[in-house]
Amino acid sequence: MKPFPLCCVRAVIVKEFRQIRRDALSLMFLVFLPGFMLLLFGYALNFDIKHIPLAVVDEDGSRASRDLVDKFRTTEYFDLKAVLPKTAAIDPILAREDVRAALVIPAQFADDLTAGRSPSVQVIVDGSNAMSGTTAAGYVGAILQSYSQRITLRGLARRGFTDVALPLATEVRVWYNPELRSAKFLVPGLMAFILMVIVTVSTAFSVVREKERGTMDQIRVSSIRPMELILGKIIPYVAISLGSAHLVLLLGEVLFGVGIRGSYPLLLLAMVLFVTGALGQGLLISTITRTQQVAFLLAVLTTMLPTFILSGFVFPLRNMPPVVQAVTYLVPGRYFLAALRAIILKGAGLGAIWNQLLFLAVFAVLSIGTSAVRLGKGEKERPRRRRRGGA
Amino acid sequence: MKAILSIIWKEFVQLRRDPRLFPVLFVSPILQLLLLGYAANLDVREIPSVVCDMDQSAASRDLLGRFVNSGYFTIRARVGRMEDIDPFLDNGKAAMAFVMPRGFGDKLAGGSQASVMIIADGAESQSATIGVNYATMIAGRYAQRVILDRFERIRGGGMKPVLVNAEVRVWYNPELRSRNFMVPGVFGLILMIMTMSLASMGIVREKEAGTMEQLIVTPIRPHQLIIGKLLPFVFIGLVEATFVLIIARGWFGVPIRGSVALLYVLCLAFMLNTLGFGLFISTISRTQQQAMFTTTFFIMPMMLLGGFVFPIENMPRFFQVVSHAVPTRYFFIIIRGIMLRGAGWPELWDQAASLAGLGVLILALSVLRFHKKLD
Repeated sequence: MKPFPLCCVRAVIVKEFRQIRRDALSLMFLVFLPGFMLLLFGYALNFDIKHIPLAVVDEDGSRASRDLVDKFRTTEYFDLKAVLPKTAAIDPILAREDVRAALVIPAQFADDLTAGRSPSVQVIVDGSNAMSGTTAAGYVGAILQSYSQRITLRGLARRGFTDVALPLATEVRVWYNPELRSAKFLVPGLMAFILMVIVTVSTAFSVVREKERGTMDQIRVSSIRPMELILGKIIPYVAISLGSAHLVLLLGEVLFGVGIRGSYPLLLLAMVLFVTGALGQGLLISTITRTQQVAFLLAVLTTMLPTFILSGFVFPLRNMPPVVQAVTYLVPGRYFLAALRAIILKGAGLGAIWNQLLFLAVFAVLSIGTSAVRLGKGEKERPRRRRRGGA
Repeated sequence: MKAILSIIWKEFVQLRRDPRLFPVLFVSPILQLLLLGYAANLDVREIPSVVCDMDQSAASRDLLGRFVNSGYFTIRARVGRMEDIDPFLDNGKAAMAFVMPRGFGDKLAGGSQASVMIIADGAESQSATIGVNYATMIAGRYAQRVILDRFERIRGGGMKPVLVNAEVRVWYNPELRSRNFMVPGVFGLILMIMTMSLASMGIVREKEAGTMEQLIVTPIRPHQLIIGKLLPFVFIGLVEATFVLIIARGWFGVPIRGSVALLYVLCLAFMLNTLGFGLFISTISRTQQQAMFTTTFFIMPMMLLGGFVFPIENMPRFFQVVSHAVPTRYFFIIIRGIMLRGAGWPELWDQAASLAGLGVLILALSVLRFHKKLD
């Protein structure tokens, strides 16, 4: 390394730090926003499907039917929101989304039960949210199953068959997250999502702002080279973003009990690569746009929904059609999330995630390299544009 | 009126000056919806699974076969010992495992309780929960059959087994396609992101460029300026909404069962909110950078707390209350109501009133802030 470029980089770093310091509000956002968002969403969100609002129409009104309704009342999967007099009343409240499932117990329910005829109950499920619809139907099925098993066994016991056991015990074990705590699902995903958005947004203005204000020309006439400028612009932000990433990690551990099982150096490496890549993406946006308005739109559009939907945070990647799966390879959040889950939850080592890290590194090099190239080109295009603008 | 028109004209001229803006405005929503419409899919099928059958009896094979034939699971590997399951879950090659312990068949045949173990990868968000639900359901159905068989054998002491059947009817989305739910949500998010980020730059850009003073010395009144600034964005938003609706209906086949006119009217009410928030941010920010950070700060909760994927009723009570201040909460119910449930004014009026009320409130607040700024 020659000493000269290094000192140029340092000059840019100092300038950037000064500029960042001058805008205290933006700095605050950058440092504390990710932590605050994690706090907010970590508490607010979960993947459980519970407390599905339910309406009941009990046309029978017998003890047996009230017994069954009680089963629905006491489970945490359903919240009994309304008891309706007739089936026709279900229509409007289901359309208003006041309830998302309805249970209709027909008039001869108790008679059928005592006569040994298997009665039917009607379950109406709002299918518009396919997932909670399917799950609600599943819960209803499970509750009815255990209800009928109980009645059968009770009947048998009355007749002297006391040794009849339930035939099958299902033992569910959830690995890496034994209590199936949503926080453990959520926190790594939220980390990737929040950091991707905030970090990319933070550099999306770095070059275009100078272009819009005309200070780019001052930098251009200095002897600094594009790569030096970019490194100088990125390094302060890498430092700040790593700080806020650690704040997020700390909050995840302290508030949500999501401790790091794997190696910290490996996690740090993943974070440095990811943050650098995200900053590079912001910078790239900054170099290809001409106004801050467009830069902002692009930054939000390329990070927010893609990281949320295409990273595997909420929607399983393997469900996606091949073309969309191919596109997810362009979303750095995907690799970071995989690495985070592997390191934090599973305690995986380098062997299991080296490919994710490699992709992150490739992304960082590509985004920063392309920005440098674009910045170099921009210098040559610039005079021509100016003439056209002045005419 | 003329003043407003001239502001609108000025805004459009200014928007046109950046040739990259219009492609971003009109092409990217289409691309996003196409991609995300395919990707936002929660239908869990063919979860890769590992099978460990230590019993190797007819009964254990029978139950395992039921898991596989359900279509929810595909078998990636069969292993003989439980320890061999670990590597598959560790590196993500499989997300679930089924273990049939030794003696499973004998216990079932002998009338005692047998057990089956279901292991799920808890690090993987949704599919673990769904997979476990499916698996327990299948196991439960199997248990039901076993009970019936035992009944036959002991003849029930003259009693018939009771089975309460569930006649399940799925309304609004009988094939249970999760795309029908997600596409309207993505529609709302795109509309929000676009209009809010545009509006958030609207005033602060003039401040930063120093042209605000020029506008102040003209005889234009503040409310005229605001209307003139926002109307172009309303227009852009409506055009975008149309594009996105055409794709949702024509490409993804998401039904629009309710009235399209009502949908547009309520889109306007929604834009009252997004533009109002954007404008508010624009009036309180000094630089575009601050406006951008603040907008990001507002967009994220609107995305996550409005019920796009995370149902509001699962949130802690405090956040359920907070979500009343989140306009997407109302809009998601409205748009899904109109498109999927065919809901109309009688079902949606209160949601619409809340949405419009919130919009007027935030817009009034930003106009007030703006007045102060001018003084």
